[in-house]
Amino acid sequence: MKKEPDFFDKPKNIKILKIIFYISLVVVFIVGFLIPPALFLGMYVPAFYALFGFISCILIIVIAKALGHKWLLRRKEDYYD
Amino acid sequence: MIDLIPPGFVFIFGAILLPLLKGRVRQAYLLLLPILAYLSLLNLPEGTGFILKFIDYELILLRVDKVSMIFGHIFVIMAFIGFVYAIHLKGFGEHIAASLYIGSSLGVVFAGDLITFFIFWEIMALSSTYLIWARKTKASYNAGFRYIVIHILGGLALLMGIIMHVAETGCIAFNLMELTGLSSYLILIGFILNAAVPPFSAWLSDAYPEATVTGAVFLSAFTTKTAVYALIRAFPDTELLAWAGAIMTLYGVIFAVLANDIRRLLAYHIISQVGFMVAGVGIGTALALDGSAAHAFAHILYKGLLFMGAGAVLYMTGKSKLSDLGGLYKTMPITLILFMVGALSISGFPLFSGFVSKSLIVTAAAKEDLTPIWLLFSIASSGTWLSIGLKLAYFAWFGEDSGIRTKEPPINMLIAMGIASFLCIFIGIYPDILYALLPFESVYVPFTAEKIVWKMQFLFFTALGFFMLLKYLRSKPYIFLDTDLFYRKGAMAFMWFLNNPLAWVGAKITRVAFEIIPSSAIWLSKDPATFLKITSETALLSLSGHEKRVEIEHEIEKKRERYPHDLRKHWTIGPTVFWTVFIFFLITLIYFFLM
Repeated sequence: MKKEPDFFDKPKNIKILKIIFYISLVVVFIVGFLIPPALFLGMYVPAFYALFGFISCILIIVIAKALGHKWLLRRKEDYYD
Repeated sequence: MIDLIPPGFVFIFGAILLPLLKGRVRQAYLLLLPILAYLSLLNLPEGTGFILKFIDYELILLRVDKVSMIFGHIFVIMAFIGFVYAIHLKGFGEHIAASLYIGSSLGVVFAGDLITFFIFWEIMALSSTYLIWARKTKASYNAGFRYIVIHILGGLALLMGIIMHVAETGCIAFNLMELTGLSSYLILIGFILNAAVPPFSAWLSDAYPEATVTGAVFLSAFTTKTAVYALIRAFPDTELLAWAGAIMTLYGVIFAVLANDIRRLLAYHIISQVGFMVAGVGIGTALALDGSAAHAFAHILYKGLLFMGAGAVLYMTGKSKLSDLGGLYKTMPITLILFMVGALSISGFPLFSGFVSKSLIVTAAAKEDLTPIWLLFSIASSGTWLSIGLKLAYFAWFGEDSGIRTKEPPINMLIAMGIASFLCIFIGIYPDILYALLPFESVYVPFTAEKIVWKMQFLFFTALGFFMLLKYLRSKPYIFLDTDLFYRKGAMAFMWFLNNPLAWVGAKITRVAFEIIPSSAIWLSKDPATFLKITSETALLSLSGHEKRVEIEHEIEKKRERYPHDLRKHWTIGPTVFWTVFIFFLITLIYFFLM
């Protein structure tokens, strides 16, 4: 079937979306400084949650990829047949 | 009283009429059932009712309080949404199964005693199995079998626990239980098996992806949530559950990141989300227990919505693997938007339902200074957004164009998803309507500036991590081992053992007992002298040297020829006679010596 170019196939649109995404990152990061600091765990890092979110994401991907190695949990789809 | 009808009965007895109705009438009737059940629900006064005598016990079919009511409300709402989604089905089999399944789930949450509870619990397991088998593929047939076997085992543990509990206490009431002694642990195992707590979780991620498109929507709502209800009722403030739940949240998420099948990915997220609820029960403060109930309520809606979205993709394209999908936004944009409402809700974006329910449990963990549990919750929250809102959405609807050109699903599916989306957003914006139903009357303010900003920081920077590692997340056609390995491969090993070593031993025993011993005995009885000679010479043969051998063999041959009959040819009556006589002999012997 013919693959007609659509909204997300155009590099220009992707570029705009990327810029919006980066601006949002900066905005939520800066707004974090205006809010009274987090008290939990005795943390007074203003951007704690930004850092925490980023690290959590990387951590999960790394753990999942490690467990999903072919020596551990990964098998072919017909494994049980 | 006539208005005191258990809401579950509307579905259970309502199912009887389904085969008689056709076309539009059946469709209207299907939607009428949840409406009738909801009316009966609204009329229920607090307290107990509908009490039946059974042997020496009183069965309470209707115990109404705030805990049963919040689950009753959401079950009936989800029944309506599910029936709208499934209304186009031609046959009535799935409708009957779904109706019995919903009715028995309601029976469980309104049961006031353990016997009633157990009966409905088992009807739930049986009726839900049909929703898997109804897909009518070999995979669904096998997965359904594994599903029912595991649930029967869990049910047996529960039944043993209940019988022991009743024997110990003499009381069948279903209330708070002490976690001491074998009976309570057996009951707990029965509950946490249905709550899909690892290592008892593999039945869920194994069977739900194989269910029918519409069946999976019902499955996602009821089984695990009745288990959460049972845990709230029986085992609040159990530390074991707090830790088990916290581990569950991350367990589900990690497998979800690996999963390739979109409905298996979502099934793993049921495990993860139910982990929050189980942990809430384990933390056991009013805020945590309210959080579990609230999260169950919100979860049923957004998880139903996500399963409906994934089901719509499967229904329209016939594909459910991320490695086969991509670029669907071009032809299924409405489904995408509705799916994203579910994705944003489960991820806890402000103004969506997850934000106002999950945070109760997370805050309760923080208030109790359970830092490791709080950390596990937070990391799992990141993973939820990562795998559903980002990975699934990206690789199914965007990503590399798979060339699939399809259409939006039928209008009834879109309406069902629309209702669920509306409720997700409505609860997210106006959480007081949910909080009014909460049973333990905790106080929680969801919308504060810092909670919103922290959550946004958390989710946006998770997204940054996702896009940085995007190329490692592309799904390939693989499966990943879970604890079902033990019984799937275990069963194969067991069958091999039965068919090979055990069958060989069995055949040997049969041969010795029914052929060699009786025929030798019969032979002996015909001509003992020759028998002894032949036997002794055969024994001699194995001991003697080479030159003697030929001679002895010749001797045996000659004796065999002279022997009256070759008994091996007609021994059929022989063994029976032999064993009868032998047993008579034994009995006589025993009788002789004992008397």
